[in-house]
Amino acid sequence: MFKNLMSWIEYRLPFMDKMNLHVMQYPAPKNFNFWYFFGSLAMLVLVNQIVTGIWLTMNYEPSAEGAFASVEYIMRDVDYGWLLRYMHSTGASAFFVVVYLHMLRGMMYGSYQKPRELLWIFGMLIFLVLMAEAFMGYLLPWGQMSFWGAQVIIGIFGTIPFIGEDLTLWIRGDYVISGATLNRFFALHVIALPLVLVILVFLHIMALHEVGSNNPDGIDIKKDNDGSVEQTEADKKFTFHQYFTRGGKKIIVDAIPFHPYYTVKDLVGVAGFLLIFAWVIFFLPEGGGYFLEPPNFEPANPLKTPDHIAPVWYFTPFYAILRAIPHPFMGAVAMFAAIVALALLPWLDRGKVRSVRYRSGLHKVNLINFCISFVALGVLGVLPAEGVYTLMAQIFSFTYFGFFVLLFFYSKNENTKPLPVRVT
Amino acid sequence: MMKTLLSAVALLASSLAIAAGPTVQLDKAPIDLTDKASLQNGARLFQNYCLGCHQMQYQRYSRTFADLDIPEELGMEHLMFTGEKVGDHITNNMSAKDGEKWFGATPPDLTNVARVRGPDWLYTYLRAFYADDSRPFGVNNEVFPLVGMPHVLQELQGLPSKTYETRLVDGEPKQVYVGIKTDGSGELSEEEYDRAVADLVNYLEYVGEPTKLEAHALGYKVMIFLLIFLVLAYLLKKEYWKDVH
Repeated sequence: MFKNLMSWIEYRLPFMDKMNLHVMQYPAPKNFNFWYFFGSLAMLVLVNQIVTGIWLTMNYEPSAEGAFASVEYIMRDVDYGWLLRYMHSTGASAFFVVVYLHMLRGMMYGSYQKPRELLWIFGMLIFLVLMAEAFMGYLLPWGQMSFWGAQVIIGIFGTIPFIGEDLTLWIRGDYVISGATLNRFFALHVIALPLVLVILVFLHIMALHEVGSNNPDGIDIKKDNDGSVEQTEADKKFTFHQYFTRGGKKIIVDAIPFHPYYTVKDLVGVAGFLLIFAWVIFFLPEGGGYFLEPPNFEPANPLKTPDHIAPVWYFTPFYAILRAIPHPFMGAVAMFAAIVALALLPWLDRGKVRSVRYRSGLHKVNLINFCISFVALGVLGVLPAEGVYTLMAQIFSFTYFGFFVLLFFYSKNENTKPLPVRVT
Repeated sequence: MMKTLLSAVALLASSLAIAAGPTVQLDKAPIDLTDKASLQNGARLFQNYCLGCHQMQYQRYSRTFADLDIPEELGMEHLMFTGEKVGDHITNNMSAKDGEKWFGATPPDLTNVARVRGPDWLYTYLRAFYADDSRPFGVNNEVFPLVGMPHVLQELQGLPSKTYETRLVDGEPKQVYVGIKTDGSGELSEEEYDRAVADLVNYLEYVGEPTKLEAHALGYKVMIFLLIFLVLAYLLKKEYWKDVH
C-alpha cells in the first residue's frame, strides 16, 4: 500500500530520485577539511534568521513612532523575546563570519576557477543581497546607529553625479530618513530580499551540483573513462547517481556520498558552531559593542548626531576603502570596485592550478596580503578617519586592489607544483 | 599564515582600544546583579531622586518588583507615589518640552542608559559633580562637562569641590589638582555615598537588560547540552567514517 503510494508519487514527481541526485548519491570529494564546514553553516544561519525573523515580526511595529518601543517590548514583555532578538542580531554577524570564511575557502582552493565561474557569481550575488538585507534590517530597531548608519550609507548613493540627489530621495521615499523609509525597508527586509536570497541559494547549490564540488587539492574527482585512471576497490564501494558518470563517459574516484558521510561530518561543524554562537547569544549578546552598538539603545534622534558613526563590523572593510579616497564619488566607485573585483576573480586569475597547495610562493604571499589587507581595512573602518588611520586605510586599499592586479599578471605563467592524480 | 594574521589583528586592536578611550579615567562600578538588597536600594534611590525628571518608560513596576523580590503591596506602598497601577511603565508627568526649558535639554529616558553609557561611566559620573558658580545650578561635572543636570544627590553626598594641594614639583612648590572632595554636609559618609551610587548603578544595569540572569542560567544549560551534542556528533562521525580512511 505505502509502496504503491510512493511509486505513484515518484512517477509524477521523482522526489526520491532528486534526493539521490543531490544528497544520497551525490559524489563529494573525501578530502574536505575544516574550511568546508562554512557552506552548510551559512545555510543553518539562513534558516535561523528566517525562523527567528518570523517570530520577531509578530511583535515588531514598523513605524517611526513605535519601532523602538516595540523592540523594547520584545526584549522585556514577550516570552523569550530577548532570545529571539539576540539569536537574530547575533545571527546577522554570524552570517557574515561564515560567509567571509566560505569565500576565503573558495579563494584558497581556487573554487571560482573554470568550470565554477557561474557558481562563484551566484555566491557573489548572495553576498550582495546579504549586505542589502543586513543594512535594511539594521534600520528596523530605529536606534541612533540605525538612523545615522543608514544616513551615511544612503548618502553614498548621493555622491553619484547628476542623479545622486534624486536617487537618495527615491530610496528614502522622503527628504529625510523617516517612517516612510522604515516601512519600505521593513517590506524589503522581511519579504523581498529573503525571497531573492533563498532563490539565489537554490541556484548556488544547483550550479554546485552540476559542476561538482572542488576540494583542497583542486583536482577533479570525475575522470574521463578512457583507462588513464582506474577506480580502486574503495571507489567501487559506493553508488553514485548515474547522472554524474554521464552515461559511463566519466568515472568517479576518491568520492563518498554526501549523505551520510558529510551530513554526519557537518553535524560536528554545526555543534562546534552552535557552541560559539550560543555563547555569544547568552553571555555576550552585544558582541563587545560590535554586534549591537551602544548608541543603538537610544531611539533615533534626527537632531543629535552621534560623536562617531561606524557601520556594523561586517561593512567596515568596504567602508574604509570608501573613506580612504578623498573624493566622495570616487570613494564610492572604489568601494563598489572592491566587490566587483571579487566577482571577477574567475577571469582575473588566469592560472590553471586551483589549490594554493600547488601554486607558487608568490601566490601564497599574495593571498596572505589579501587577508591582512581585508582584516586591517575592517579594523580601520571602525576607527575615526583621521591622521595616520586615513593613511593606513589608503595603504591597505592599495594592497587590497594590488592582490587582484598582481594575480592577473603572475597567474598566466605561474611557477606551480605538479598536481597529484588522486586527492591526498 | 595564521600567526601573521593574528599578530596583525592584535596590533590594530590595541590601537583601537587607545582611540576609543574616555577622556576621564572611569572607576570600575561594583556590579552584582544577584545582590537583591543592593538592587532594591537602587530602585528606592531611583524612585526618590531620579524619577522626578527621568523616566524608565520601557520598564514596568511589576517587572522590577518581581525580579527584585519586592512584594507588590510593599512596592506599591513605598516605591509608587502617584497612584499608578502595578503593571504600568515607570514614567513621570514632566513633559519633554518643560524638561528642555528647565534644563536646556530633555532629561533622557534611563531604561537603557547603562547599555548606552556603560555602568562605569554612570558610577563615575554620579560621583563627579563639583561646585561651579558659573553653572545655572551651581555645579559642573568632570565626566560630563557643562551638563544641564543639577546635583540631585547633594543631600546625600554634600557639595563637593575641586581640591588642590601644594606639592614640590622639580623643587618648585606648585598647586596640584588632587580630585574632588565633599564639604561633608551630606547625610552619608564618603564610603556610604559610593555604596549608594553603586546600588543605583546596579539597578540601572539591571533595568537595561532585565533578562541577563535568566539568559546566563539558560546559557549554561544550553552550553552543556551542546557540549554533549558535540561529543556525540563527533563519535557518530567517527563511526560512519571508519570505512573511508
